[in-house]
Amino acid sequence: MSGQRWLVEVDRDVCIGSGMCAGSAPAFFELVDGRSRPLHGEVDADDEVLGAAESCPVEAILVREVGTGRQLAPEE
Amino acid sequence: MTENATADDQPLPYPFGNGRQIELERRYAELREAPGLARVQLPYGRDCWLATRYEDAKIVLGDPRFSRAAAVGPDVPRPNPEQPGEGGILMLDPPEHTRIRGVASRAFTARRVERMREHTREIVERLVDEMVERGAPADLVEHVALPLPVMVISEMLGVPYSDRDDFQRWSNAFLSTSLLPPETVIEYGKALRDYMTGLVEQRRAAPTDDLLSAMLRASDEEERITQDELVNLAIAILVAGHETTATQLPNFVYVLDRERDQWDLLLERPDLVPRAVEELVRWVPLGVSSAFPRYAREDVEVGGVLVRAGEPVLASVASANRDRRVFADPDRLDILREDNPHIGFGHGPHHCLGAQLARMELQEGLRALLRKVPTLRVAVGEDELDWKDGMFVRGFRTLPVTW
Repeated sequence: MSGQRWLVEVDRDVCIGSGMCAGSAPAFFELVDGRSRPLHGEVDADDEVLGAAESCPVEAILVREVGTGRQLAPEE
Repeated sequence: MTENATADDQPLPYPFGNGRQIELERRYAELREAPGLARVQLPYGRDCWLATRYEDAKIVLGDPRFSRAAAVGPDVPRPNPEQPGEGGILMLDPPEHTRIRGVASRAFTARRVERMREHTREIVERLVDEMVERGAPADLVEHVALPLPVMVISEMLGVPYSDRDDFQRWSNAFLSTSLLPPETVIEYGKALRDYMTGLVEQRRAAPTDDLLSAMLRASDEEERITQDELVNLAIAILVAGHETTATQLPNFVYVLDRERDQWDLLLERPDLVPRAVEELVRWVPLGVSSAFPRYAREDVEVGGVLVRAGEPVLASVASANRDRRVFADPDRLDILREDNPHIGFGHGPHHCLGAQLARMELQEGLRALLRKVPTLRVAVGEDELDWKDGMFVRGFRTLPVTW
C-alpha cells in the first residue's frame, strides 16, 4: 500500500451526517453543515480512510486509486 | 464559562423519571434553555456533565477529543450496578473500534438492507395475518414486534430462530432491563458467550453464506479480529438487533393511537411511512436514561463549559432531538416534517450499526399494520399500560391491541 495515492470523494446528497467518518478518521473527514466532506481530495493510502468508507452506513464515501482509477471502496 | 459556575451546585438526581411514560421529562426543556451544561448524579458512579442541546450532544458523541474507551472503573456514571456494554464494541475508540466494526458494517449498509426488504415484508405480513386470525385483543409485542426483528437478525447473522427462548433470556444480561441479580447477569452473559462460541465453531467446520461465516472469514483468513472480538461483536449484533426495534414498533403504535390524525394521514398517504418513521424515531425518547458517558481526553469547551480532561459527559439524544434551534415546534409529532436531522440513532463512531436495518423493519412493520389492520387501537387504558422496568429502554412488556 505504501507509496499509493488515493482519491477521496463524499457524495453529499447521499450523506446522512452520521458522523462515523469524521469521528473515526478526523484527519480525513469533517462535518460541514451536518454533512461530511473530505479534508483532502487526494491522500496517501491509509487504512483509516478505507475503514471510514467501509463503515459509512450509506456508502457515501468513494475511494479510488490515483492513476488506475480502481475503486477501493465501497465494494462493488 | 467555567466549571466553577456550576460545580458548587448539588448535581441533579438522574435520570429525571422512571421511564413509565412516553413523554420526555420536562426537566430537559429547562436545561436546554439554561446556560452551560447540567451536572447530574446517576444511581452508580461519580457525578458528571449532561449535554442536552443538539450541537453540544453532537460534539460529545462525535468529537474524537471524547473517548468511550476511557470509561472504565467503578467511578463510571451508570444507571445499573454492572458496567453497560462491558467487553463490547461500545467500549472501544477508533482505530480499534473501526477495525472490529468494519468486519460487520458491510452487511448493514443501506444497499444491503434494501435487498432484505422484500423478505422482511413477507415476514411481517405473515405475522400480522396470524395475529388477526387469532382475534382481538392480541399482544402486539408477542405476535408482531418481537418476532419480526428476531427473525430478521437471526436469519441474517445465522443464529437458529428455534433457539430464541434461550438467547432472548440471556440477552437480558446485556440490557439490564429487568433488574436481574448480579449473579444471574454473570450466568446469562456466560451462557450467551458459550452459545455464540459454539455457533462459531459450527461455522468454522461448515461455513454458510450468513454474516457469522463472513465475520469468521475476517477473523480466520484476514486476521482482522480475534475470536473473542468476533464472539463479542456477534452478541452485540444479536442483542441490539432485536430489543430496540421490538420496543419501538409498539411505542410507535401507542403514539399514533394517541395522535390519531397522524395515523389517519398515514392510511391516506402510505408514501409518508418513511418520513413518519424518522419523525417517530426523533420524537419517542427510547432511552430511559442517557448512558455510556464519554470522557474528555483533553480540556474541551462544550456549551459554554470547560470540560476538563478526564471528566465524563453524558449526551441526551432524546433532548437533542427536541432542540428548538434545530426542529421547529419540537415537542409536536409531525409526520410531515421535512427537515429532520435527528440523532435518534446516535452520532459519531458509535452511530447505530443497524440503523438502516431498523429503519427498514420499522417502515415495513408500520406499513403492514396500516394495510392489514387500519382500525388498530390500543386495547387498554393509560393506567393499565404494562411498562418495562429497569433503566434501559422506555416501552411496553406487552401492548394489547384491538381492531
